Amino acid sequence: MTQSHYSDAPASSIPARHTLSILVDNEPGVLARVAGLFSGRGYNIESLTVSETEHEKHVSRLTIVTTGTAMVIEQIKHQLDRLIPVHRVIDLTVQGDAIERELALVKVTGRGEQRSEALRIAAAFGARTLDATLNSFVFELTGASEDIERFVRVMAELGIAEVSRTGIAAMSRGAEAL
Amino acid sequence: MSETMSGAEMVIKAMQDQGVEHIFGYPGGAVLPIYDAMFHQDKVKHILVRHEQGAVHAAEGYARSSGKVGCVLVTSGPGATNAITGLTDALLDSIPLVCITGQVPTHLIGSDAFQECDTVGITRHCTKHNYLVRSIEDLPRILHEAFYVAANGRPGPVVVDIPKDVQFAMGQYEKPQSNQHKTYRPQMDGDISKIRAAVELMANAKKPVFYSGGGVINSGDEASALLRELVHLTGYPITSTLMGLGAYPAADPQWLGMLGMHGTYEANMAMHDCDVMICIGARFDDRITGRLNAFSPNSKKIHVDIDPSSINKNVRVDIGIVGDCASVLKDMLTEWKALSKKPNVKEIAPWLKEIETWKAKDCLAYRASKTTIKPQYAIERLYELTKDKDPYITTEVGQHQMWAAQYFRFESPNRWMTSGGLGTMGYGLPAAIGTQMAHRDSLVIDIAGEASILMNMQEMSTAVQYRLPVKIFILNNEYMGMVRQWQELLHGSRYSESYSESLPDFVKLAEAYGGKGIRCSDPAKLDDAIREMIDFPGPVIFDCLVEKMENCFPMIPSGKAHNEMILNDLSDDAGVEIGNIIDQKGKALV
Repeated sequence: MTQSHYSDAPASSIPARHTLSILVDNEPGVLARVAGLFSGRGYNIESLTVSETEHEKHVSRLTIVTTGTAMVIEQIKHQLDRLIPVHRVIDLTVQGDAIERELALVKVTGRGEQRSEALRIAAAFGARTLDATLNSFVFELTGASEDIERFVRVMAELGIAEVSRTGIAAMSRGAEAL
Repeated sequence: MSETMSGAEMVIKAMQDQGVEHIFGYPGGAVLPIYDAMFHQDKVKHILVRHEQGAVHAAEGYARSSGKVGCVLVTSGPGATNAITGLTDALLDSIPLVCITGQVPTHLIGSDAFQECDTVGITRHCTKHNYLVRSIEDLPRILHEAFYVAANGRPGPVVVDIPKDVQFAMGQYEKPQSNQHKTYRPQMDGDISKIRAAVELMANAKKPVFYSGGGVINSGDEASALLRELVHLTGYPITSTLMGLGAYPAADPQWLGMLGMHGTYEANMAMHDCDVMICIGARFDDRITGRLNAFSPNSKKIHVDIDPSSINKNVRVDIGIVGDCASVLKDMLTEWKALSKKPNVKEIAPWLKEIETWKAKDCLAYRASKTTIKPQYAIERLYELTKDKDPYITTEVGQHQMWAAQYFRFESPNRWMTSGGLGTMGYGLPAAIGTQMAHRDSLVIDIAGEASILMNMQEMSTAVQYRLPVKIFILNNEYMGMVRQWQELLHGSRYSESYSESLPDFVKLAEAYGGKGIRCSDPAKLDDAIREMIDFPGPVIFDCLVEKMENCFPMIPSGKAHNEMILNDLSDDAGVEIGNIIDQKGKALV
C-alpha cells in the first residue's frame, strides 16, 4: 500500500493562481454570497469582477482570481458550486491559456515637459486619452494586468493623481463556450 | 389552477401542500398575519415554544426522528436572531428545515425600524440558502423552492424572510409544480466506473473497515438497510460517527462501536491500521480524524458523499464518489454480487482476529461503585430498562452526551438526536419535544447534564402545555463535566468557572413547571427510580446525582493519532492522571 493520500506532493502544496468564471442567477445578494464564502472560509480574492451578461435570463458572470494549493482550489470550486444560485463554475486556468484583460483609468497631473512625456508614454502603451485639461490627463488602458501595472509604474514617475481598475475579465480561447 | 389569497395565507397553504403537520414557533409583530391565517385552519398544528432557539431545535428533533422537513415560524429582529444557533446547528448536522421569519414592511427595510434586523444577511452563513421575498408574485415559488432545497441533496436549513406588507398583499397562489430546480441539481447517482473501482478495492482488502455517518441516516431507511446488507455480505467490520449511530445495529457482531475522540479502542485502532477504508456519508471531521497527518496512514480510502465539497476537504481520498448513500450502496451491492472472483473470507481472518484482541481490552469498562452512581452505570441501566420500548434519545452536549453515545445502544436509525457538528448545549430538551411531537406514543428521553439542561430549561413549559411526556435524565455531577475534564488535561486542574454553582432543586423545578421530579443518588435504588420515570405519563425531570470527578474515556487527546488513545485506568481510584498527556503543540489544537 502506498501512502498516496497523505504524501502531500510538494507540487500540490505550492499555492497557484487560478482564474474562475462563475455563472450565477442575477438575484439580490448573490455577490454577497460569493464574497462571504471567500471571507468565511478564509480564501483569497485577488480580483473580482461582476456584471450581468444575459439580461433576459438574469444571468451574471463573475470572474474571480484567487490563489491556493490544489486542494484549496478544488474546495473553492466545490463550495461555489453548491451555492444555490450558481449555474456553473469554470476554472479557466485548468482549461489552458485563457484571455485575461482589465481596464484601467489613470489620471496624471503635471505641467510642461511632463505633459508631453505622459502623452508619449500613453501612445507607446496604446492608451486612449479620455480627458485633457491644462494640467491633467485621464488615460484609458485595456490590457493584461502586467501591462497595466507597467503603465501605472511609469506614469507614477510623472505624477499620478488617481488610478481606477476594473479587475480581470476572462474567457477561454477557441470555439468552446461556457 | 391558481387561487387568489394573501401572502400570509399562502404560507399556510404552501405548508399544507408540502405535507407539513407541525410547525414550531413564537408569534410577534412581523408575523401576526401568518398567525392569523393559521387560526382559520387546523391542518398545520402550531407548537408554541418558549424561546425561538427552542423552536429550531424542536424542529431539528422532529426532522431527524421522522425524516421529514422541520418547520419553524418566528418574528423579525430578536425572533430571527434567537433562531441563529439552531439554524447553525442544523447546517452543521445537515438537518432539513424551513424557517419562516417575519420582516418589517418592505418600505422600512434598511431604516433601523423596530424589531428590524438584516435577517438574510445574518443567516447567509448559517443556512443552506435563504430568501428575502420582495414581492407577492415570488412568494409561492420561493416557499416551494425552500422545501425542495432543504430536503434535497445534502439537507440543510432554509430561511424565508417575508416582509409584513408581502404577508398582507393579495396574489395568485400556485401549487408545487415540478420537482426540479433551475440551478440546484444535486447528483444522486454515483459514477459507476468509480463504484466498480471501489468494489474492486474492497474485494482485495486484507484489513477493511466501513466508516459510516449521518449521511446514511439522512438518505433514509433504505440506505440503512442497504448498508446492513453490504456490510453483512462483505463480512467487514463497521464503525460509525456520532451522527451515524443507529444506521447499523449495535447488537451486530460486526459492529465496532463509535469512532473518534471518545470512540472505542477497537474502532479507532481499526481505522488507524486498516488498508481499505470505506467511508459512507461521513465527512472526516476533526473529532473523528485526530491528528490529520497520522490519520489512517496506510489505507486506501473510498468516500461516498452527496456533497462534492466534502470529498478531499480534510483528508485526501483515493476514490471519491459523489452521490446519495442509498443509490451508491445499491450499486455497490450489485457490483459486489457481480464480482467474478469472490473475495476469500480467509484473507481477512487475521484482521478480524486482531480486532478481537483490541475488543478484549474492554475499553468501556469502568470502576463500579456501590456507594455512588457512576454516570456510565446510569446510562447502562437506562438502556437496559428502556431498550424494549424502542426509545428515542436526545442529548445535550458534554460528557453525558459521550457516555450516552458509548453506553446506550442503537439498533435503528432516527432514534438518536444529538448536536454533533456545532455541539450546542441546550439542544436536547427542545429536540426531545420535537421528537415526541413526531412520535406521540414513543418513549423519548433527553439524556442531559445539569449545566446544559439549564440553557433551554424554559421548554419544560412547552412539554407540559402539549402533554408531551418527555423524560429529562440529568447526569448531575455539579460540573460542566467536559470543561472540567479538559481543564484537567490542559490547565493543571484549575477548574475556572466550571463548577455548577447555585443549581436549582430539579425536583422542585419539575413540579413548578407542572411535571414530575425524581432524584436518585443510590445505585441500589436507581432501577426503581428509572422505572418510576418511565411509568409516569407526563414530563419528568430525573435528577441523577452521579460521581462528580468521573472522566470520559477512551479519549484521543488533541494533536494525537488514533493509536494514541488514553484508556480508563481501572486499577486506581483516582483514575488516569491526565494532566501531562497533551503537549504544548496539542494544546493549541483544541
